[in-house]
Amino acid sequence: MRVEQPFSEDGRPIPRRTPTTAPYFDAAREGRLILQRCPRDGFFFYPRSRCPVCLGDDWKWEPVSGRGSIYSFTVDRAGLDPAQRAQLPLVIAAVELEEGPRMTTRIVGCKPEQVSVGLPVEVRFEDVGRETLIHFTPRPSR
Amino acid sequence: MGKRAAALVGYTEWAPQRKWDRPMFSMEACAALAAEALADAGIEKGEVDGLVVGGLQESPLFPTLALAEYLGIESSFNEVVDIGGATSAGMIWRAAAAIEVGVANTVLVLVPSTPAPMEGGADPRKMIMPPYLMGDAWGSPQGQFDIPYGLVAATSSFAMVATRYMAKYGVSPETLAKIAVHERDNALKNPKAVFRDKPISVEDVLKSPMVCDPIHLLEMVMPCFGGGAVVVTSAERAKRARHRPVFVSGYGECVTHKTVTYMKDMTMTPAKASADRAFRMAGADRKRIDLASFYDCFTITVLLTIEDAGFAAKGQGGRFVEEHDLRWSGDWPLNTHGGQLGMGQGGSAGGLSHVLDSMRQIQGRAGDVQLKKADLAYVTGVGGLMAANVGLVLEGA
Repeated sequence: MRVEQPFSEDGRPIPRRTPTTAPYFDAAREGRLILQRCPRDGFFFYPRSRCPVCLGDDWKWEPVSGRGSIYSFTVDRAGLDPAQRAQLPLVIAAVELEEGPRMTTRIVGCKPEQVSVGLPVEVRFEDVGRETLIHFTPRPSR
Repeated sequence: MGKRAAALVGYTEWAPQRKWDRPMFSMEACAALAAEALADAGIEKGEVDGLVVGGLQESPLFPTLALAEYLGIESSFNEVVDIGGATSAGMIWRAAAAIEVGVANTVLVLVPSTPAPMEGGADPRKMIMPPYLMGDAWGSPQGQFDIPYGLVAATSSFAMVATRYMAKYGVSPETLAKIAVHERDNALKNPKAVFRDKPISVEDVLKSPMVCDPIHLLEMVMPCFGGGAVVVTSAERAKRARHRPVFVSGYGECVTHKTVTYMKDMTMTPAKASADRAFRMAGADRKRIDLASFYDCFTITVLLTIEDAGFAAKGQGGRFVEEHDLRWSGDWPLNTHGGQLGMGQGGSAGGLSHVLDSMRQIQGRAGDVQLKKADLAYVTGVGGLMAANVGLVLEGA
């Protein structure tokens, strides 16, 4: 049975949590980034029922640093998703966390021209409707 | 050399069109495509004992059952292939493999990509493609971890691949643009191409609107409707075929992910695994190919295929493109039909256009762009977000 994609009041698509992924979304709502960690293979992303390396199910949710760097990115200037056109230009990125896994995300709080491969970033939480998205923003280097 | 058990012997191809004036259900398109391809091969429908499709709009469940019934075929090999843009190439080797192992003798590969009529007389030309391509079904990781961030389509995904590649190896935008320019030159000679009216320059490509950095509009395919079909038969039956048989002498396929974020290395595509397997199976030397018909949804796709399929070292694809003339008249002919960049992407049949490009050349039916020597070709299909790769070594009998 197909259920329609839910959208927030400003028209953006809202993730639909599942029983397996619910703890991730609950933590994000509280401003915490947690990932599953397999005792043999370490952290993995996205949340799923079993470790994608060994297929074990003895993983545990653990907090991660929320720091990483930009593995790659693009600036969507055309609005490939009509529901997200109000936010153009969108900086869509793959961020590699310090703990290893990569996540699809949005780079916020800076101009597109300031974004580059390898740029250090840190997590920013943004509520969209009933769920919270995990975005990243450039991190001041020391 | 290689496998000579199954051969492509007939085909049909509908010119891709942005607007399709004659709506058809998938099975109606399949029936027309089957009749045309069988006529081209000079083979009677009664000889067909295998069906391969990518799915049917009006019969999403059990599509090959519906199709066997609709076409009046008793079929011993019934296959649905669903690996995105790599589907057409993937259908070809599955048909060949079925013939090789002896479960079928003559297989129809059918790729309908027409708009269906709409109830109540609504205009199907106004139908809007849903942007999420069913990736937002409940429970789908994409709907939770990609779509809400804006990663909904091929362009942004391939753009991230291109960004990473450029940061790591530094190919210039001019070099990538050259691929689109040379393919357009080939398209000018193809009466079925959408872009057959005027050539483009590197400057035109770089001045076209930036859609998703670093991909410009003229580096993307134009989505169209279309359709195509191929008749694949046994080597024995192919001896009595009307045209020169085109053996499927080697093939390989590799799938590693769906969303580009989870590629182990965004600059290394599954084209390597499929090419290594295909050339090993064919016992063929890459250097000996007479033409390359590479899947080209974006210019970066071609560049990475050149490297990963083993025609240039990693990081040297740009230099390879700069040093070669990729036009049909050049020293390394690529997509002599104009590719999908020049011809338009006739839906799923866009992937088939690369198979047909090599097939026409080997059969000596390529018209104005016929190569002097066309005996060995390498065809690729790319599906999803640089995620599925199929390679076919095609060889003339």
